[in-house]
Amino acid sequence: MNFAFSEEQTMMADVVRDLLARECGSAALRSRMTTACSFDRDRWRKLLELGLAGVLAPEDAGGLGLGGTDFVQIAEACGHACLPEPLVDYAGVVLPLLAECESDAAREMLAQGLETGAPIALAHPQTPWIVAANAASAFVLPGPDGLRLLAGEEVRRVQQPGIDPLRQLFTVSAEEAAGAQIAAHEAMPALLARAAERGAVFTAAELVGIAQACVDLAVAYAGERQQFGRAIGANQAIKHHLASAQVKIEFARPVVHAAAACIPAGPGFPPQSLETRARISHAMLAAGEAATLAARTALQVHGAMGYSWEVDVHLYLKRALSLTHRWGGPEHHRQRIAERILTAPLGPDRLFPQVAEEIETTPMKRTA
Amino acid sequence: MDLHYTDEQKAFRAEVRDWMSANVPADPLPSFDGGRAGFEAHRDWEARLNQGRWGMVTWPEAYGGRELDLIRWLIFEEEYYAAGAPLRVNQNGIFLLGPTLMEYGTQEQKARFLPPMATGEEIWAQAWSEPQAGSDLAAVRAKAVRDGDSYLLSGHKIWSSRAVMADWAFGLFRTDPASERHKGLSLILFPLDAEGVRRQAIAQINGETGFAELFLDEVRVPVGNRVGADGEGWRICMATAGFERGLMLRSPARFQMTARRLVELYEANRETCTAAQRDAVAEAWMAAEAYALSIYATASRLIAGGSIGAEASLNKIFWSEMDIQMHETALAILGARAELLPTASAAGDVGRWLDGYLFSLAGPIYAGTNEIQRNIIAERLLGLPRG
Repeated sequence: MNFAFSEEQTMMADVVRDLLARECGSAALRSRMTTACSFDRDRWRKLLELGLAGVLAPEDAGGLGLGGTDFVQIAEACGHACLPEPLVDYAGVVLPLLAECESDAAREMLAQGLETGAPIALAHPQTPWIVAANAASAFVLPGPDGLRLLAGEEVRRVQQPGIDPLRQLFTVSAEEAAGAQIAAHEAMPALLARAAERGAVFTAAELVGIAQACVDLAVAYAGERQQFGRAIGANQAIKHHLASAQVKIEFARPVVHAAAACIPAGPGFPPQSLETRARISHAMLAAGEAATLAARTALQVHGAMGYSWEVDVHLYLKRALSLTHRWGGPEHHRQRIAERILTAPLGPDRLFPQVAEEIETTPMKRTA
Repeated sequence: MDLHYTDEQKAFRAEVRDWMSANVPADPLPSFDGGRAGFEAHRDWEARLNQGRWGMVTWPEAYGGRELDLIRWLIFEEEYYAAGAPLRVNQNGIFLLGPTLMEYGTQEQKARFLPPMATGEEIWAQAWSEPQAGSDLAAVRAKAVRDGDSYLLSGHKIWSSRAVMADWAFGLFRTDPASERHKGLSLILFPLDAEGVRRQAIAQINGETGFAELFLDEVRVPVGNRVGADGEGWRICMATAGFERGLMLRSPARFQMTARRLVELYEANRETCTAAQRDAVAEAWMAAEAYALSIYATASRLIAGGSIGAEASLNKIFWSEMDIQMHETALAILGARAELLPTASAAGDVGRWLDGYLFSLAGPIYAGTNEIQRNIIAERLLGLPRG
């Protein structure tokens, strides 16, 4: 039992943080806000040159064959930087999904993605708006007879104007027979379910990063902004708001990290237990609440500046709003928690879901 | 990262579970703050634990421990609370003073005080707060005047938990009369039955006398009862407060068991429960899980050589607010019955939720109020300017 990251994992996340600090600062973000497509291909290329696309892809397909705990801190860093490009979806969801599809077309697309970084978007029932479809050159779409892989020109994209100025949203449709089938109808639900679990884990990590960025922004501002002859951050009213936001973050982060540990290295995914599903849903709920509270706190601490376009707080607030409703949304996740606590054994010895099955001792009795 | 228990850890869990199932009293003991009988029953339990070498599993073997790491301590706590074992009457001793002595005490002090602490022969109270020194603890006025090889302790201590019936106390005293604030304070141990000690019980919100005022009038103790160097008391007490807020005082298992009982209460009253109550129950369970995961992460960090400082304040805020939320949810489910004592004929399954609710309300106050904790987080973790 060791609930800590390895040096390699932390080093890799540090490298990503450094790159994002250089390439995705406030000025860089703002330079893309007025463009029709915020997706910055140059930054995308630099991120992928670090090998990030293949973190979770299997080694025999050219990936690194690593697991959720190897990617979770990277996803957090992407949230912290308010990264416009959907790297978290790409490396965390789309490429692992392609790796699980038993078809040549999927394998080729995966190889191409790893090699060239061609953006591939996934239309998933639990994320109705497709992020950055305007930059994608290929699409994975569920259809009546299974999962299909389509080229950019084979789909119809309809932009759905949204509040996040750094990400364009789309609905995407295609002719039924267009493109190549990469998974059969029967295989599709399991593939999409696993994609949703991965998506939720790494989106939760992004939300934790967003939450921490909001606190960081507000702390910096409260230390500078003078009123009544001193920095506003010297006032307990400000301190207590920010401390409360930090508490939320600190008790979301380990849940997200534990949820990431539910995604093992290598192909496949463990059989989904009630416990695993609840852990992942818990991560989404806790991270969503932390991001929402931190963003609102940052806005309040900034005062009127926080309500302005000029300060970055609104970018995080909007991203948090967008992400909390992806991969099912809070009510979906609360239902999964309820399902777990009302039907599976509870108690301190059930903390680590993948361990629960191994315990030799008898489960504690239930009254139900 | 490896979230699997080793075979040894699993075997250890089984060993604890077996011992607990054979030794935990079938009926809950009467409260240790409600009278001498309950207090002594809890002392007997401490002795029994110690006989099984379960008193404090992280302590060195020489003092009745097993020298186990923090992961095993967590496993022990999980099994302890899962078995419904009694609360620890000597928590001030074993969780607070014990670790402090281990770090700052002399060999003589360790040999003198740790063994009877481990067996429960000597139950400890904390004597820090004073009427004018609560959140502003550095305003301590009680003094220790040097007289040859002794100190003469005088002053007025208050809110001393367990001090009504405990045997010993550890207090913060001004050893340098010219000093102010954090300087010139020392940590000194004194017997509560010594000449010059008058204790006055304070009735608490629940009617029990869980804490006392202590009036000290030239209480003579040997200089050897001072822990650490003269004037080092503040630093040492802050380290103690770190243990208290950080890990030891509130291990996660207690809240995980409360969450489990809350789910059971919900299930038993499901027909009358609302969707909002279901969500509140789920919230409580998630909070307990989050707290446990966070403590596992901290334990892993400490085992790898890390330390715990101001982060302890995060834990204290989280568990104290979680505890209230859990009990409020239980009372909401019980509805009109929430105000009934278990002895009422219409009480049904009210259990001990009301008791627990009242106790949970103390959480944001003791061990440093949550307002003080938020200041600590803001200033020491986030780096906001001091007010």
